[in-house]
Amino acid sequence: MDQAIALKDPMVPAPFRIERVRKELSDTFTIDLVPAERRRAFSFLPGQFNMLYVFGVGEIPVSISGDPADPETIVHTTRAVGTVTNAMWKLGAGQTIGVRGPFGTSWPVEKAEGLDVVIVTGGIGLAPLRPAIYQILSNRAAFGNVCILYGARTPEDILYRKELEKWRGQFDLQVDVTVDYATGRWAGRVGVVTKLVGRGGFDPHQTVALVCGPEIMMRFAVEALAERGVPNERIYVSLERNMKCGIGFCGHCQLGGDFVCKDGPIFGYDQIADRFSIQEL
Amino acid sequence: MVQEIGLDQLIREHPFFEGFDDAALELIAGCAANERFDAGQYVFREGQPADKFYMVRHGTVALEVRAPGRDSIVLQTCDDGDVMGWSWLVPPFRWKWDARAVKLCRLVSFDGICLRGKLDADPALGYAMYKRFVRVIAERLAHARLQMLDMYGVGKE
Repeated sequence: MDQAIALKDPMVPAPFRIERVRKELSDTFTIDLVPAERRRAFSFLPGQFNMLYVFGVGEIPVSISGDPADPETIVHTTRAVGTVTNAMWKLGAGQTIGVRGPFGTSWPVEKAEGLDVVIVTGGIGLAPLRPAIYQILSNRAAFGNVCILYGARTPEDILYRKELEKWRGQFDLQVDVTVDYATGRWAGRVGVVTKLVGRGGFDPHQTVALVCGPEIMMRFAVEALAERGVPNERIYVSLERNMKCGIGFCGHCQLGGDFVCKDGPIFGYDQIADRFSIQEL
Repeated sequence: MVQEIGLDQLIREHPFFEGFDDAALELIAGCAANERFDAGQYVFREGQPADKFYMVRHGTVALEVRAPGRDSIVLQTCDDGDVMGWSWLVPPFRWKWDARAVKLCRLVSFDGICLRGKLDADPALGYAMYKRFVRVIAERLAHARLQMLDMYGVGKE
């Protein structure tokens, strides 16, 4: 499998067959794709995204959420929030969609070897981080403490719940989950995910932080990480902008001097700290 | 051999009490007691006199509000190390919410009536205590505002 083949003509979507569509949450689904032609298969790095094209409807960027060690099946989890994603959810196994990619930068998993890793994520932000988690778990001994701190809107909105429970049951991971709203039936934590940062079992001076979620959440998560003493240059965030071409040609996703599709979506926080909370960007 | 940590030491080592001198810590510890709540037991109920505040040693306490005909709504949970309750500082000194032990909880309670008297009599100590509570209150307010933002609400394509 060769990434170069997929990117040979990056503007032409390759046909991929839908192997499975499964509901994750009331508004969120996962779609498994396999290339219609074997030569169009590609490997990817955790954090990268594809442009998914529902023929006759439109194209959208979606992060890859599957296991990088299993690139035979390309897995995407997305929320049905617009015309394209709603149309995509209606597709079934055997139907075809167009795929361009993989695009963008990746989570610095290899750079984190020998260090603690703290993953701070919220809502559907867990999806782009799942490939990084798989990669870390496949080489667990290479890392120090690993903490996954996850926030969701309600207990019913916890993404990949079974997987989180499984990870939590492992002896070599700290998995903390909190929700913003709950009734008395919920026996877990209620409160913002940033509060968990203060309790994470990691050495802030020897930690790489991977942060993904709504930008407001990320801003406060970065603040909480900084309060713990994690330096900016070891905090990585995933940004989302209006990605269209995926290769930095069209300029739709420009963020100051960077194109999110090409220079991101994963940025070192120190690269973008000065632009992180500018409303106009 | 199991070594039991005394209340004195526990209070001395908790970040909330950092910066108090020995005399103040002794005074505070004199108003403190260990309490245990089983899962489902209420630490306090809305409307009851707020005559204490708590430090969670171990466990989870849900601060919640009751609503007729529906499940209670959890506003936040307090976990190990959290300081909980400031209604003992604010007239009319009544709890605004229920506090329910989600699981077995071991708490340190501080007698608010005893402390209020001592803080009134020693304004420097009162100011030092208020400063610490303002920090707790500000943090809770910031968190509550973030929760209100509904950050994970529906986005767009």
